[in-house]
Amino acid sequence: MTPLLEVEDLRVTFETGDGPVHAVNGVSFALAEGETLAIVGESGSGKSQTAFAAMGLLARNGRATGAVRYRGRDLLGLSPRELNRVRASEISMIFQDPMTSLNPYLRVSEQMAEVLMLHKGMGRRAAVAEAARMLDLVRIPDAKARVHDYPHQFSGGMRQRIMVAMALLCGPKLLIADEPTTALDVTVQAQIMALLGEIRRELGTAIILITHDLGVVAGFCDRTLVLYGGQIMEEGPTDLIFARPTHPYTLGLLSAVPRIDREEETLLTIAGEPPDMSRLPPGCPFFPRCAFARPENETLRPPLVRLTDGRRRACNRPVEEILLAREAAQ
Amino acid sequence: MLSFILRRLLVAIPTILILIVISFVLMFAAPGGPFNSDRPLPPAVMANIEARYGLDQPYVVQMFTYVKNIVLHFDFGPSFRYRDQTVSGLIAQGFPVTLTYGLWAFVVATSLGLALGIAAAIRHNSWLDYLATGTAIGASVLPNFVLAPILVLVFTLWLGWLPGGGWYGGQWQYVVLPVVALATSYLAAIARIMRSSMIEVMNSPFIRTARAKGLPMRRIVWRHALKPALLPVLSYMGPAFVAMITGSVVIDVYFSTGGIGQYFVNSALNRDYPVIMGVTILVGALTILFNLVVDVLYAWIDPKIRY
Repeated sequence: MTPLLEVEDLRVTFETGDGPVHAVNGVSFALAEGETLAIVGESGSGKSQTAFAAMGLLARNGRATGAVRYRGRDLLGLSPRELNRVRASEISMIFQDPMTSLNPYLRVSEQMAEVLMLHKGMGRRAAVAEAARMLDLVRIPDAKARVHDYPHQFSGGMRQRIMVAMALLCGPKLLIADEPTTALDVTVQAQIMALLGEIRRELGTAIILITHDLGVVAGFCDRTLVLYGGQIMEEGPTDLIFARPTHPYTLGLLSAVPRIDREEETLLTIAGEPPDMSRLPPGCPFFPRCAFARPENETLRPPLVRLTDGRRRACNRPVEEILLAREAAQ
Repeated sequence: MLSFILRRLLVAIPTILILIVISFVLMFAAPGGPFNSDRPLPPAVMANIEARYGLDQPYVVQMFTYVKNIVLHFDFGPSFRYRDQTVSGLIAQGFPVTLTYGLWAFVVATSLGLALGIAAAIRHNSWLDYLATGTAIGASVLPNFVLAPILVLVFTLWLGWLPGGGWYGGQWQYVVLPVVALATSYLAAIARIMRSSMIEVMNSPFIRTARAKGLPMRRIVWRHALKPALLPVLSYMGPAFVAMITGSVVIDVYFSTGGIGQYFVNSALNRDYPVIMGVTILVGALTILFNLVVDVLYAWIDPKIRY
């Protein structure tokens, strides 16, 4: 069976005044129908650009190579017109900041109805009614009246609900959520995640969740993909990755999550800075910050290898060594 | 909204009074008077003339009389320079002229300027953008006192298509060259502002959302980007509109159109006090009015602005 989405050797490069910036460097993964995948990594790890490339939303100076196949059809090769037919009706996207991602100058009814009028050929009246029904579904109170409000008349959490409702209008098979909770209060974050969970259960929508918040990932995603320097460090079932990280970077990320059950004065961090994507070293991108680094990996990139438990990882330290280090730290 | 407009119109009254006071002070601070000439008049004659026009009174009294005449009789006084002409008469004669070519210049500058700016923005860094930007820069560095003679040279003297001056009740042949000469630099400015604001809007997150929704480019530009991109242009267009409909001295002098633009300079040179005051109040009142219009349009475009 062909997967819903299949990304193969995706590379994204931006032409800038200071030379090319390589944001994504050979990312491959597959997503089955109804599956949830987390893409995690620090700022600048290429997680958002991976999604933007798939949707054809790269900035003007960006270029994507490789393949992004949706049900076997390569999206990178589509004409703008063909791509527009896939957007929103097959793959939808919600964004980080619901304050600026909705058009502040247009009523919510207009912004939602235009999707249905365009993709489903609905009349304005029917489209607005459907938009209101969808707002009701994501639990916007008094949706019938409020659909005619402007975005600024809603709170941040409400706006993200509107974004979710708008994304679901055409019943897409895949929803890409780019840091959907980053700009929100903690309590509102939980509500949005609960909403996404319902959508996945009740509508069977596959979800790609892009985040740097590991706490959000743990209870939500079937699989987790860890990106660093635009490359996959580790990828596999979320339970496995969280319980037994086998890549030094994953280990570092997990150790950096503050824990309430320990009395630690300081937060653990990964020493050093994320790499400069315009001057990426030929070896392992994590090499300069890695506590387990071997000298040869300064120039030699460890291949992404599938382990017996089904995960993939790019590191040539033995798995046992890293597991031991984790136990020692605990 | 209505109470906002009324409030603003009420505030306009003290604003105009302040404008009158400042203009009066500046006017009398300038050396010389309307009846000074190379050959001084005998003191007795001078005293007579000054008494006739009230110039022998203290400035404060003159100012008070002036304002009183406007409020009670809507009388802006006689011209000191043009015998038997009142200021109201001069403006009634000249304003329709500048209003005609000014309105046309506004229509031309706005429509072409916006079109050029939008086209350049959505084809950012393409040949169309370079062409539009180049044209805009060319137009903005070409002042109308240079452009006007060039237009006359080409269209009147070489091609013989259009008359080089005169007005004749505003027949279209006489209107074309003044409109082009006046509109060009405004057109360039509008294109430049529109281009940069459109580029900025097209890079905003809500446009990315619109693209993710699969909307065609046409709808993204016209429905999602145009309104916010217009805001900076709008605040430029208020004062620019007033400047255009009150004409320009270069246009009026160069094309002998007989508009009020010429009075801005002539009246000041002649110390023709009532005419100076008349055109100053006209421009001031129009500026206040059209700034109000811009504010109302702002509220219409941006739902977050409520008065």
